[in-house]
Amino acid sequence: MRSFQERLPDFNARKIRVIAISVDTPQESQHLRQSAGYTFPILSDSQDNVIGRWDLVHAHGRQDGADISRPAEFLIDSAGIVRWANLTEDLRVRARPEQVLHAFDTATISNR
Amino acid sequence: MKRSWNPRTWLGFVLCLAALVSYPTFFARYPITRDFPWATLLLMALALYLVASGALRAFRRPDAYRGKIFGSILGVLSVAIVGLFLFGIFHLTRMLPASHGAPQVGQLAPDFTLPDSQGENVTLSNLLQSPFPTDGAAGAASGKTAAVVLIFYRGYW
Repeated sequence: MRSFQERLPDFNARKIRVIAISVDTPQESQHLRQSAGYTFPILSDSQDNVIGRWDLVHAHGRQDGADISRPAEFLIDSAGIVRWANLTEDLRVRARPEQVLHAFDTATISNR
Repeated sequence: MKRSWNPRTWLGFVLCLAALVSYPTFFARYPITRDFPWATLLLMALALYLVASGALRAFRRPDAYRGKIFGSILGVLSVAIVGLFLFGIFHLTRMLPASHGAPQVGQLAPDFTLPDSQGENVTLSNLLQSPFPTDGAAGAASGKTAAVVLIFYRGYW
């Protein structure tokens, strides 16, 4: 997410909102935002509601055995349609902001 | 003749440990050394070479070099460390669910409402329809939100 923070001006210029989601509580997310300097919102899905509906649950993925979200990135246009998605097969390999910006720039998403 | 100290095995072992530790603490911060850990693998190859050549030296010329026992122990430990790293990199981090039911490209993203880090409820469809927030510092122009990038991540604990 650090790389997305660094490229935030490029997302702002295209009027793309960057939103992160995890099972952390709002307090934990706020702590992360402050310590890491993230200025984009982080949403808290501590009950796995959205992660479950989106089929992104990594069962017992946390070291303490709790269910967490697998890493995944989605680009959603203003009509709510998924225009690009990345479901990594290796949790070390995440989407880079350039990939999302490229997908946006080539998908001719309405920017009016 | 006094047998000389055999620093190669020790140097190699220390390098092996350093390679293992530096991956999560340093190289994993940068996609170019994280996605494929070539830097770490190079360091580990060099470490194994040093340990192996040091141990071989001790076995071939025991009159000149010390370290037959330590060389063997450090050699086994170094191989174990490299094996552990390879197992983690090429197996453990790939144990992810297939997520066949995740929204596909072209599909409607299921709407949701979740609290942000201030406890304020945020709804996806509202984000998509509301004006893009103006940031005074960045001077970004206002207007319709063009898109939302959702980054699902594992969380910090």
